[in-house]
Amino acid sequence: MVDFLKKLIGVAVFLFAIIGLVKVLQNISGGEGVVLDHAPNRTNDLAAMQRGSKLFVNYCLGCHAASSMRYNRLRDLGIDEDTIKANLLFTSDKVGDLMTISMQPKDAKAWFGVVPPDLSVIARAKDSENGSGPDYLYTYLRGFYKDDTRPTGWNNLVFNNVGMPHALWELQGIQKPVYVDVKGEDGKLEHKLDHLEIATPGTMNKEQYDVAVADLVGYLEWMGEPTAHLRHQLGVWVLMFLGLLAFLTWRLNASYWKEVK
Amino acid sequence: MAFVEKKVSADAPVAEKALAWIDSRFPLTTLWETQWGKYYAPKNFNFWYIFGSLAMLVLVIQIVTGIFLVMHYKPDANLAFASVETTIMRDVPWGWLVRYMHSTGASAFFIIVYLHMTRGLLYGSYRKPRELIWLFGVGIFLCLMGEAFFGYLLPWGQMSYWGAQVIVNLFGAIPFIGPELSLWIRGDYVVSDATLNRFFSFHVIAIPLVLLGLVAAHLIALHEVGSSNPDGIEVKEHLGADGHPLDSIPSHPYYTVHDIFGVSVFLLIFSVIVFFAPEMGGYFLEANNFIPADSLKTPPHIAPVWYFTPFYSILRATTSEFVNFLAAGVVLYVGLIFVKSKLASLWKALALVIGGLLIIGFYTLDAKFFGVVLMGVSVTILAGLPWLDHSPVKSIRYRPDWHKWVYVVFGVAFLVLGYLGVQPPNEARNLVAQVCTFIYFGFFLLMPWWSAMGTFKPVPTRVNFKAH
Repeated sequence: MVDFLKKLIGVAVFLFAIIGLVKVLQNISGGEGVVLDHAPNRTNDLAAMQRGSKLFVNYCLGCHAASSMRYNRLRDLGIDEDTIKANLLFTSDKVGDLMTISMQPKDAKAWFGVVPPDLSVIARAKDSENGSGPDYLYTYLRGFYKDDTRPTGWNNLVFNNVGMPHALWELQGIQKPVYVDVKGEDGKLEHKLDHLEIATPGTMNKEQYDVAVADLVGYLEWMGEPTAHLRHQLGVWVLMFLGLLAFLTWRLNASYWKEVK
Repeated sequence: MAFVEKKVSADAPVAEKALAWIDSRFPLTTLWETQWGKYYAPKNFNFWYIFGSLAMLVLVIQIVTGIFLVMHYKPDANLAFASVETTIMRDVPWGWLVRYMHSTGASAFFIIVYLHMTRGLLYGSYRKPRELIWLFGVGIFLCLMGEAFFGYLLPWGQMSYWGAQVIVNLFGAIPFIGPELSLWIRGDYVVSDATLNRFFSFHVIAIPLVLLGLVAAHLIALHEVGSSNPDGIEVKEHLGADGHPLDSIPSHPYYTVHDIFGVSVFLLIFSVIVFFAPEMGGYFLEANNFIPADSLKTPPHIAPVWYFTPFYSILRATTSEFVNFLAAGVVLYVGLIFVKSKLASLWKALALVIGGLLIIGFYTLDAKFFGVVLMGVSVTILAGLPWLDHSPVKSIRYRPDWHKWVYVVFGVAFLVLGYLGVQPPNEARNLVAQVCTFIYFGFFLLMPWWSAMGTFKPVPTRVNFKAH
């Protein structure tokens, strides 16, 4: 027993040493990143994700495809097939079809300078050490501001010189940047973007818009992996089964090894 | 010799008759008994001895899930990404589970194999008479790295694409034939459909065939000479009246039930990842790989998957300034061989020639080439262990206490290299990686001397075993 405790303490000390080492190594880098707002969790809120799906087909699906996503998968969000057909089926006529778009990549390139990315798994692709994919999207979609130096007239806080115009501007309104002069490390004054403020109000106020974006991001997260919910539910059962199995095999093993002297 | 049908009594059960019929034609019973059923293994195995069976389990998981993935996957640059994200992840019932098991299995395989190798290192499992087991094992490790590398291209995401691009380009650093060689590997001027098809072929058939052959050889060699154990004693030196080692027990049923327990615990941990964190924070499935491959858009930071990063760090650490230190290292090492080794003069002359060629090379060829060489050697040097280790005892238990610190420093250097490999490089990190590279190679190259130094503890004649 004492031996075991000694070993345990040894392992603990070793782990702490490793964690300390990693911290030191991280400091060497002096990592800095964009600060992302935390996206509200919508994974268990079907109504929110349904609202998000409507925003998605109305505002995103014109330029962005979601070519891994079939319309009838929306049934998983509690939307029945007739509603899908009546309200959401914009780019196709069969509910079993993929959410593709008719815009040609060549035209898109000419209009935006870049082909709008497919959004099927965008929430998973945007994960980074600055935050989760949904955090990124939540901050990004609330970070558009007016910038007349850009071809589209729009810029973004987390994606500088983005090619995408603000698709949701009617809802949010038009934000303008507010600059402040701060002294940099070298003593020189720097003209720095401090925050955004609404210059022209949209149809929603700030709180309403934040909720709408959270819904949309919730939908995008769900669409990134529609089986995620099932995966978690099933996982609990699998772990309970394996826990029981591990207990039984542990006792089975002990009963055989009792006789080994 | 005439064929003799194995005799069974006329009223024996059908199964017994069938077995006798087979045994007369194929050594089924003998095979089972020599490979497992009556294979006597030391009874003092500890925690570290579970990873062999677990590696076998993961191999089976990878093969079975792989078979099902190939049914739906399309090795075509235009279809590959969608065949994973649309077909397998969404349309095929349970496709997501099969895919996550395969992707998690890849990382699990490396974790297990690294622990399995650590065991070998701690208890001297590679020492005589088990050199061939170790060499087959190194071959398996190389195959595994090939499997992982070729397989990683298949989802055709950004990281797949650019990872393959970077690694294949490394071959371009080889003098004279480099550019043609990397062109030949890719089958195109950039990674493309041609590359994807050949990598698919290597991943699903060529390397698995070699891998399975090596696994069989690894096991046959093991069951021929017998397992080592944490005390590093040859149990066959003390046989009982029945001709079996006194300190051994038959694998079946004792290690069968033992391994079933180990498998249950492993599956528990494996399932936590598969069901609750299949991306494992971007280490098992990288975020960038959810973006389809784009040959015109280079990601700002290309890092290999975690299991390659220690070796990748060594590659990156080899800069043109670092070559000076390498040259100094080579001079000192050749000097050491001349002054301190008992090698025949032919070997010493060979060391001098190789050292001289290296130094000429350091100052005439691109440092990148030596980065590639060091990366290759950092893996293959493992094969030299049975001949580098001159310790009079096998197990770490009976080595001088300070040897344990040598292993700890080596282990930490390896982990630090791994950590640095996933980070974007900067000057300070590079310096740390260079120090760790010296520690890594120093551990192996100086082993003939340090492993024989110090006061060794007396090795018992029989194994340490406490009844459970």
